[in-house]
Amino acid sequence: MSAVMITRKVRKWEKLPGKNTFCCDGRVMMARQKGVFYLTLFLIVGTCSLFFAFECPYLAVHLSPTIPVFAIVLFLFVLAMLLRTSFSDPGVLPRALQEEATFIEMEIEAANGNVPAGQRPPPRIRNVQINNQIVKLKYCYTCKIFRPPRASHCSICDNCVDRFDHHCPWVGNCVGKRNYRYFYLFTLSLSLLTIYIFTFDIVHVVMRSVDNGFLNTLKETPGTVLEVLVCFFTLWSVVGLTGFHTYLLSLNQTTNEDIKGSWSGKNRVQNPYSHKNIIKNCCEVLCGPTYPSVLDRRGLTQEDLPVPVASAAPSSSSSSSSPVPQTTHAVLCLQKTKAPLIPNKRTPDDAKPSIAASAQKSPSPKEENPPAPKAPPLASPEMDVETSINKDKTH
Amino acid sequence: MATEFHNLQELRHSASLANKVFVQRDYSEGTTCKFQTKFPSELESRIERTLFEDTVKTLNNYYAEAEKIGGQSYLEGCLACATAYLIFLCMETRYEKVLKKIAKYIQEQNEKVYAPRGLLITDPIERGMRVIEISIYEDRGSSGSSSGSSSVSGSTAR
Repeated sequence: MSAVMITRKVRKWEKLPGKNTFCCDGRVMMARQKGVFYLTLFLIVGTCSLFFAFECPYLAVHLSPTIPVFAIVLFLFVLAMLLRTSFSDPGVLPRALQEEATFIEMEIEAANGNVPAGQRPPPRIRNVQINNQIVKLKYCYTCKIFRPPRASHCSICDNCVDRFDHHCPWVGNCVGKRNYRYFYLFTLSLSLLTIYIFTFDIVHVVMRSVDNGFLNTLKETPGTVLEVLVCFFTLWSVVGLTGFHTYLLSLNQTTNEDIKGSWSGKNRVQNPYSHKNIIKNCCEVLCGPTYPSVLDRRGLTQEDLPVPVASAAPSSSSSSSSPVPQTTHAVLCLQKTKAPLIPNKRTPDDAKPSIAASAQKSPSPKEENPPAPKAPPLASPEMDVETSINKDKTH
Repeated sequence: MATEFHNLQELRHSASLANKVFVQRDYSEGTTCKFQTKFPSELESRIERTLFEDTVKTLNNYYAEAEKIGGQSYLEGCLACATAYLIFLCMETRYEKVLKKIAKYIQEQNEKVYAPRGLLITDPIERGMRVIEISIYEDRGSSGSSSGSSSVSGSTAR
């Protein structure tokens, strides 16, 4: 069946590769699996609600009204940090467009020289010198780029992320350059909130038990038991995590580097990013500049939609197009699908006179589907020695 | 071959894209945004080396200014943290201000220096801050095979 190409404006987030989900028309960016994030939200909001319902009235009267006030402030801060971590772009590196990928391929081919037939080409690694240390940059076959230092490819989100720390299911997003400080402040404030609620739960139970007895207290405020249980288990994990990240922060390391042991051991390279000063390292990450997102999720771009030409049925999907041409123009419609429309803003009716001219013009350099130049075929991981050995390991 | 164009509009309508050159990042000082000032061989016949190096050096200075860690960035960071980063909903960060300056600078450079020589610089932020993409245009009327062949010879000579 023949089709007419109709262009419509879409937001760039709709065309982004990778396994992210977007909400609020591209303002919110998360990973695909959000179940554990909802659990985190439920635990925090639920526990705090119980605290405000059961403990706060008693403590405000018998101890001080500042206790619930501080709890509210802390709770709001924790929520703000959690939502900021979960909803922001962690520092995703966009994939290389066709021309850039080809350019890199040609550079690699030139550097490798002639590989004898039957032999695998050498692994795609670029050496750079950073602060007098040699750092190896790996090539990402999915994104078709040499990853910048400290970047890594997240297999869950299928994106390369700059300064990749780890993928956190609890926040439902990757943690990278742009949202690491929010993640750290989230774990820190959550630790404080957990300790705060736990402490005042105990204080409340003790104070009430003195008047009423222990069992009666538990009957009057059943929420306390639940809170203490949640806080007890959360304490160990979250406080431990905060401690671990404080350690990483002081050394200016990422979780990814720590797990892989990039800078540990005598024979290996020392961390070239560390300032060798704990305060300087912490300040750089926490108080450094706020990096912008390079994804431009809400930017507008053109998209071509094929609309099938039936009889004289008008197209319903596109709002900006003119009515579908009738069967007398069917031949021209067939021609249209083969020759790409050069100026994207024209409607099919306007494009009709230029069909003859368009056959002579070269295809326009459209970003979405550029014409493939005569280039060496883009290599696959199997062709590489190193990646074929490391096939089972994560990126 | 001297291909003269009067402005960006004319460049886009009367020229066809012949090739693209990508100026890579310079990581010698760490992960801060900095581009290599090495002059690409494909541009040898199109533009003077000093003009190109000036452009890249100015861009590098802009990025260094945006990413500078000093008193102002600490103040911004602490103030933002105290407001739970809600202040960024109404205030523009320093980095975003510098990015606007960079966009203006690139536009100005394209109009004054690059378009008259049949070249066009793409803002690095549109390429994920990985490369500076320089598009080489060829006049449609001319037999524009020289640029294509020079790029092939340039890459193998590297």
